[in-house]
Amino acid sequence: MTDTGILARFNTGFDDFRLEVDLRLPGTGVTALFGHSGCGKTTLLRCIAGLQPCAGRLSVNGDVWQDDTASLPVHKRPLAYVFQETSLFPHLSVNGNLKFGYRRTPVQQRRIHPQQVIDWLGLAHLLGRTPERLSGGERQRVAIGRALLTSPRLLLMDEPLSALDQASKREILPYLETLRDTLDIPIVYVSHSAAEVARLADYIVMMDRGRVLAQGGLQETLARPDQPFALEHDAAVIVPAIIRERDDQWHLCRAEFEGGSLWFRDDRQPETGTAVRLQILARDVSIALAANHDQSFQNLLPARVTDMAAEQRPGMTTVRLHAGQTAFLSRITSRAVHQLGLAPGMAVCLQIKSVAIVE
Amino acid sequence: MSPEWQTVWLTLKLAGITTALLLVIGTPIAWWLARSSHWLRQPVAAIVALPLVLPPTVLGFYLLLLMGPEGIVGTLTETLGLGTLPFTFAGLVVASVIYSLPFTVQPLQNVFSTVNERMLEVAATLRASPLDRFFSVVIPLARPGFLTAAVLTFAHTLGEFGVVLMIGGNIPGETRLLSVAIYDHVETLEYGKAHLLAGGMLVFSFLVLLALYLINGRLNSGNLKP
Repeated sequence: MTDTGILARFNTGFDDFRLEVDLRLPGTGVTALFGHSGCGKTTLLRCIAGLQPCAGRLSVNGDVWQDDTASLPVHKRPLAYVFQETSLFPHLSVNGNLKFGYRRTPVQQRRIHPQQVIDWLGLAHLLGRTPERLSGGERQRVAIGRALLTSPRLLLMDEPLSALDQASKREILPYLETLRDTLDIPIVYVSHSAAEVARLADYIVMMDRGRVLAQGGLQETLARPDQPFALEHDAAVIVPAIIRERDDQWHLCRAEFEGGSLWFRDDRQPETGTAVRLQILARDVSIALAANHDQSFQNLLPARVTDMAAEQRPGMTTVRLHAGQTAFLSRITSRAVHQLGLAPGMAVCLQIKSVAIVE
Repeated sequence: MSPEWQTVWLTLKLAGITTALLLVIGTPIAWWLARSSHWLRQPVAAIVALPLVLPPTVLGFYLLLLMGPEGIVGTLTETLGLGTLPFTFAGLVVASVIYSLPFTVQPLQNVFSTVNERMLEVAATLRASPLDRFFSVVIPLARPGFLTAAVLTFAHTLGEFGVVLMIGGNIPGETRLLSVAIYDHVETLEYGKAHLLAGGMLVFSFLVLLALYLINGRLNSGNLKP
C-alpha cells in the first residue's frame, strides 16, 4: 500500500446529517470538494483540519493525524486553513497577522519565509496597515499569506472567494493559480462555483448529503458521458492547452493540446507560450462521418467514439470521443446517433463551434 | 503619616490588591461562564452575582462566622498557623475579593461572549495552543472589558462599608478604611474632616469613571495601534 496522498475516512453523525466518506486524494495539486450548500463539503474540510471533532482516520502523505485511538489537536496539525470570510486579527497589523503563524512554526520546519509570501502576493505596500483599512481582496490575500507562512504540509481553503465581489475574485484567482503551480503541497479547495473548479482543480470530489457522489481527475471526470458533475447546466470538458500561434488579421489564436490543436477567438489575445485551460461545451460539438470543409466550423478534428450515454431528457445522447489522448463530449439527438450509426471505436470527425479560455 | 493619609493609603492598597487578585481569579471564571454549556453554569453565575443583591452586612456576617475561630475557614487558617482572619488586613482582602467578584466577572463575561469563535479557530490553525490563543487573541480583543472590570472593581472596593465594619472593625493602620473613617467623622460631628474625605472620594471616583469612558470610547472607535 502506498502511503502518499490524503487518506480520509470519516463516519460521524451531526445534529442534522451524517458525514460518511472514504477518500484517497492526490498528494499534490488542487482537489476541489464540490457540491451544493449543505452537502457536507465544509464539514469534511473542518474534520480534516480537526476543527470539528469527528470519528475516523486521517493521514497526510504518510503522517497519521487521526486514527481510532488518537487525534492531533488543530494546532499540532501542520496544515493551513483559509476561511471563507475575512478572518484577520483586528488587533494586529498586516505584518503582525502575517507573522502570527510564522513565529509559532518551529525554525527547522520553516520552508516558506515572509519575503517570499510578500512578493508572491504583492503585499509589500500593505504591511503597516490595519485589516480594517484593506479591501476585501487584499484581506483575503493577507489571510492566504498568513496561512502559507506556517509552511503547511496541507493547505485547506473553504470557499476563499465566495465573500468577494467579481473584481476581487479576478484579482485573487491568478495568485491561486501561482500557488497551485509553485507549492508542492496538496491543496483541498471547497467550492460551489463551477468556474473556480474548472480553472483551479486537478482532482474533483462531488458531494451530496454527506456522501461522495463521484470523484476523479478533473479532465476524465468532466468527460464522463453520464455527467455526474454537470458543473453547471451544460456539460463541458476542460482541455489544458498551450497557445502556439496568433493570427492578428482574423483575431484568432491556435492552442495546442494532447492530440491536436484548436483555433478560437479571444479578445484578450493571449501571448504565445501561455498555458491555458480551454472549456468546450458538449452542445458546441457535433459529429460528422467525414471531414467536410465547406462549412463554417473552424475546428475539425479526427476522433474516435469511446462510449455514449442517453440523457435524462428523452431524445438526447451524450457521446464521449477521444482526439489523441484528449476526451471531448458531444451532445446530439438520439436520432442523429442512430442515423450516423455511431458505435464505440468508430472513426469520425469532430466539428467544434466554440472554444473559450476558462476564467 | 497623618491618620487621614494612613486611611487613604490603606484604602487604595486594599483596592489595588483586590483588583489584581480578582483579575487573576475572575478571568477563568468569566471565560468559563461565557463559553461553557455545562449545567452548573447558571448556578455558578447566580453565586457570583449574589454580592450584588445581598446586604453587605449579611455577607460580612457569614464571612465573620466562616473565618472566625469556630468556622471552617478559621479552623483551617489556625491549623496552618496563620491565626484567624477577621480584624486583619488579610481578612479584608478576602472579604473584598468576594464582595467585588461580580464587578470583575460580569464585564469580562460580557466581553468574552463577544469574542468571535472564528478568531480562535484561525489562531488554532496558525499553531497557537489553547493557552497561547487566550493570551494572544482573547485578551487583546477583550481589552475594553478588562479595563472596565479593573476600574469597576477598584472603585467598588474603595466604597465598601458594611462588610468592612462586620469583619474588619476600625483599627487604624490595619483595617480602618475611608468609608468607615467618614462614618466616624460624621458620628463625632467633625464635618470638615468628613467633607475632606467624602469630597475627595467623590472627585476621585468621577475622574476614574470619566477616564474609563474616554479610553473605552477610543478603543471601541477602532483606533488600534498598528
